[in-house]
Amino acid sequence: MTVQDSKKSLFINPLPNSDMFTANLPQRYRLDRLFVLCCQVAIALSVLALAVLMYDFLVDGLPRLNWQFISSFPSRKAASAGIAPALVGTIWMLVVVALVAFPVGIGAGIYLEEFAGDSWFSRIIEVNINNLAGVPSIIYGLLGLQIFVRGMEPITGGRSVLSGGLILSLLVLPIIIVTTREALRAVSDSIRQAGAALGATQWQVVREQILPIAVPGILTGTILALARAIGETAPLVVIGALTFVPYLPTNLQSPFTVLPIQIYNWISRPQPAFHDNAAAGIIVLMLVLLSMNATAIYFRNKFQKMRA
Amino acid sequence: MTFELPSSRSSDLWQPNRQMSKLSEGAAKFIFTLFALVSVATTLGIILTLIFETIEFFQVVPLWQFLTEDRWTPLFADAHFGIFVLVSATLLTSMIAMLVAAPIGLLAAIFLSEYASPKLRQFLKPILEVLAGVPSVVYGYFALLFVTPLLQQFIPDLQGFNGLSAGLVLGVSIIPLIASLSEDAIYAVPRSLRDGVYALGGTKRESITSVVLPAALSGIVASLILAVSRAIGETMIVTLAAGQNPTLGFNPLVPIETMTAYIVQVSLGDTPAGSIAYKTIFAVGMTLFLITLTLNIFSFWFVRRFREKYE
Repeated sequence: MTVQDSKKSLFINPLPNSDMFTANLPQRYRLDRLFVLCCQVAIALSVLALAVLMYDFLVDGLPRLNWQFISSFPSRKAASAGIAPALVGTIWMLVVVALVAFPVGIGAGIYLEEFAGDSWFSRIIEVNINNLAGVPSIIYGLLGLQIFVRGMEPITGGRSVLSGGLILSLLVLPIIIVTTREALRAVSDSIRQAGAALGATQWQVVREQILPIAVPGILTGTILALARAIGETAPLVVIGALTFVPYLPTNLQSPFTVLPIQIYNWISRPQPAFHDNAAAGIIVLMLVLLSMNATAIYFRNKFQKMRA
Repeated sequence: MTFELPSSRSSDLWQPNRQMSKLSEGAAKFIFTLFALVSVATTLGIILTLIFETIEFFQVVPLWQFLTEDRWTPLFADAHFGIFVLVSATLLTSMIAMLVAAPIGLLAAIFLSEYASPKLRQFLKPILEVLAGVPSVVYGYFALLFVTPLLQQFIPDLQGFNGLSAGLVLGVSIIPLIASLSEDAIYAVPRSLRDGVYALGGTKRESITSVVLPAALSGIVASLILAVSRAIGETMIVTLAAGQNPTLGFNPLVPIETMTAYIVQVSLGDTPAGSIAYKTIFAVGMTLFLITLTLNIFSFWFVRRFREKYE
């Protein structure tokens, strides 16, 4: 100990003026601990926010959640109202968005990553996709109102399932394109070169070799995009999804409502009984979203293992 | 072109149909190009839709009136079109949101990247992802029916609809965005820079505040700007919790109406297409689009201009 101490003092003493440089470690370590504490508080607050949020709607909504609630139509009486048309409408949206946005988004991603190279054309599309991802969702609603609801009314049937599905598809397209590109980029180039060396065309290599490897990664992104789509409210309100639908949508041109809009409608009523309905609706919506998230995480882990 | 293969080998075994391959290659390229163009068409569609209706709007309401009036009453007989009434509400809620989200999101990002053990990270990141995936209508429920009553116990003057609780919850909703984007930027700073600080006798906090954060600055600022842009465009939280009462000013305790809330209000009402009220939502949408577009472009420019590159 004494030897070390004397070494330390030897090391410090040669400085002529020790006031000029004082390490002042205790003070600095104290600041360090304070800083870590701040960071821990910040992350704890984020987790706490989620916990309180979930606790809030679970406590309000669980007593209301039963089969009658899921299978009933909306009603003026809170106790007999249900989410059947909203749930069916949400499933319609899921199907339309999956059928439209998946092929278009994945196709565009394949084009940009595999075929386009680095031309001015692909760069314009890239900048454009980045910008689209930052456009507020309610603006998409205005686009849908003008183009799908009014401009293409004979095809879409106006304020219909099809109009809603198309506008949500456009909304999530940038997400799907970006994740598809990332998944394709992660596939090793040696596979492309091997395919080309065997005389396969680019499309054959992509179809037979690249896509199968990239599929789990692509699925992760597209499922998350789908989850985003069914949680959206604003664009569908703008194109005029109804808030009171006492029947199930039967085809693509039917008027419709979705879970978030039904929830919005119940929240904005003054009677507390409807607020509990909203909370129960939120539980159903969150269950759907969380199970989609879990599926996405499952595919992501699978993808990461495959690459490893 | 055909090749004469030696007859001793069976040429039937492998005869690729090159014509067919070329055709499917061309077809795939063509179709996928069209798909990529859908995104360009979307942008054009948005811009044209907004411009056409906005021009028609300004033929009825002069631009100076839109920019200078201090009241927003397009649905009343005595119509006034002062957009700054709505803009002030949007600014207020976004500012409150950023006051909450910027420090918490940034510190959370630092914790995840610098302090959390890999196990803790694996536990925390999915939680942030869930927080990011909560639909905005759920946050709206939380703001109106949980946060507002809670705050009213401390602030008696707080009204049922107010900018404060809308802004606070809006802030919570954009924490994950700031946290995950900033964390990517902080995580990308090479380890050698941190080691350099340690070699000079610096503590961990000093390495973070004096070297790591400045090195990640472009990414952090970009994440903050994107978060502002998201807060400005957010709809359901402010519609539900801040109210639909256009008021000029920055009082967080009274009901206000943001740009997005106004668009929802008109959309829910029975407004005939072609009427002036119908056109106002496109003029408001245009304003919203221009603000968020400017922010997004600025964020890209900032990243390009100030990005530090490391080998």
